[in-house]
Amino acid sequence: MSVIELQNASTLKSEERRERLTFLGLSMPAVLAILIVVFLPIFWLSSLSFYNAAGEPSLENYARIFESALYRRTFVVTFQISIAVTVICVLLGYPLCYWLTKVPDRTAAILMVFVLVPFWTSVLVRTYAWLVLLQRNGVINSSLMSMGIIEEPLQLAHNLTGSIIGMVHIMLPFLILPLYATMRSIDTDLVRAAVGLGSSPRGAFWRVFFPMSLPGLFAGIVLVFILSLGFYVTPALLGGGRVQMLAQRIESTITVYSNWGAASALGVVLLLLALVMIWLMNRVFGLDKLFMR
Amino acid sequence: MEQVGQRKIDGLWLTVVGIAVLFFLILPTLIVIPMSFSGASFLEFPPTSFSFRWYTAYFTSSEWMSATKTSLIAAVLTTAIATPLGSLCAYGLHCSTPRIRNTAQILVIMPIVVPVILIAVGVFSLYAKLGLNYTLTGIVIAHTALALPFVIVTVMSGLQNYDFDQELAARSLGASRAYALWTVTVPQVKFSIQTGAFLAFITSLDEVVISMLISGGDNATITRRMFNSLRDQLDPTIAAISTCLIVVSVGMLIGVQLIGRGKDKTK
Repeated sequence: MSVIELQNASTLKSEERRERLTFLGLSMPAVLAILIVVFLPIFWLSSLSFYNAAGEPSLENYARIFESALYRRTFVVTFQISIAVTVICVLLGYPLCYWLTKVPDRTAAILMVFVLVPFWTSVLVRTYAWLVLLQRNGVINSSLMSMGIIEEPLQLAHNLTGSIIGMVHIMLPFLILPLYATMRSIDTDLVRAAVGLGSSPRGAFWRVFFPMSLPGLFAGIVLVFILSLGFYVTPALLGGGRVQMLAQRIESTITVYSNWGAASALGVVLLLLALVMIWLMNRVFGLDKLFMR
Repeated sequence: MEQVGQRKIDGLWLTVVGIAVLFFLILPTLIVIPMSFSGASFLEFPPTSFSFRWYTAYFTSSEWMSATKTSLIAAVLTTAIATPLGSLCAYGLHCSTPRIRNTAQILVIMPIVVPVILIAVGVFSLYAKLGLNYTLTGIVIAHTALALPFVIVTVMSGLQNYDFDQELAARSLGASRAYALWTVTVPQVKFSIQTGAFLAFITSLDEVVISMLISGGDNATITRRMFNSLRDQLDPTIAAISTCLIVVSVGMLIGVQLIGRGKDKTK
């Protein structure tokens, strides 16, 4: 081993280190922007939740979440709506995705436009459409009445029903996209093999196809559930003030009551719920796979 | 025989449900388009008369026009900042060690999965200290942070399908790192970068919750005005604005697909 070779090795090594730092440097502006705009304020907000109105450290804000009937109700309503929305999305989304795997590829690609156009249309636009459809003299009520199914218009908007219908419409693509991607990667020969070996088509579906579609289904469920827990726009508009989910409660606690401590405590609980779900999803599905289109 | 019949019923049932769900998704999205051409002074469907009165109302209202201008400028600036920053970040992460990459990936994806109301409240309080509420700069900074993950994720997935040896080849033939990146790598992941730019634009244009808190006055975004207007009453002008928004996002989606057809097939 000569001195020159050793020198070369160390030069190479330091060069490699420098190169790695350069790459890190390239990533830094974006990472810093996200850290400063998203992480920093949330950490600061979280710290607020541990102080009472007098500015002394306390757990008062958290105690209030459990004691106050108002906050308890908010949590119950939030969970009820999120669970209902998730279940309905599964019931609508799973058959659709399964059907799409059965039609020819070209047809399926065209039919996916029906999923992608709503997905890329503003949430406000779609919520507006539902407000129009569901109102007292809206399309749905007037057609039901003209068909003689109902006598009086149903109360569909400005309540829980309206919020759930609107939210299902917004969330459904979030269930469909990961689920359909997973289903497409399933080797259908396996199902055929099961039938060939004497299984009934239904048995083959439940014992072979369904278990293999579960990772995608799970990713979709978690995504819909997290987004529903913190959803603001649609329940605020379609709920007509009667439906108070967590996000609206946080917003009104700050803008109406200026109670930052209480709002941050609610925020911390919401954040923890979301993080647990994200962690679960990462374990089962892998977050990086979410956005491969 | 019985099984074949059963299978047919299963198949029919599946087709009916599938089509019904597709209609459930698309019809409410598109219903605002015919409504926006209604001649009536209240919302009706199907419209009984045809007119452009709601478009006239939209394009002649100085309030709506100022909000539209704010939103468009914010979206263009967000795209112009988030696309290069996000693409560089994706390139940097793609070339770093797996450990750094995995940590950074989770960090970078957070703005998408953290409930947006928390980001909104956080940014609102940060801006209150910095005096950035109700300013265009404030909107652009917040929207950039929100749009970055979309750019990073799309460009990174583009880079994964790209054969990196091509850049190494260019460099071994004497190209500098920057030159090789710009002339060899960038053209091959152009479609991913364009898709990322499109996502950044739409993210900014359609963003409601953060804009609701941090924009206002002369710098109110269109989504903020729409949200407030929808809370009070169902103004048919919103149908005209909604139609314009649909045309912009769907038009851009089609544009990106058309430009990208046949490109980035490096795998």
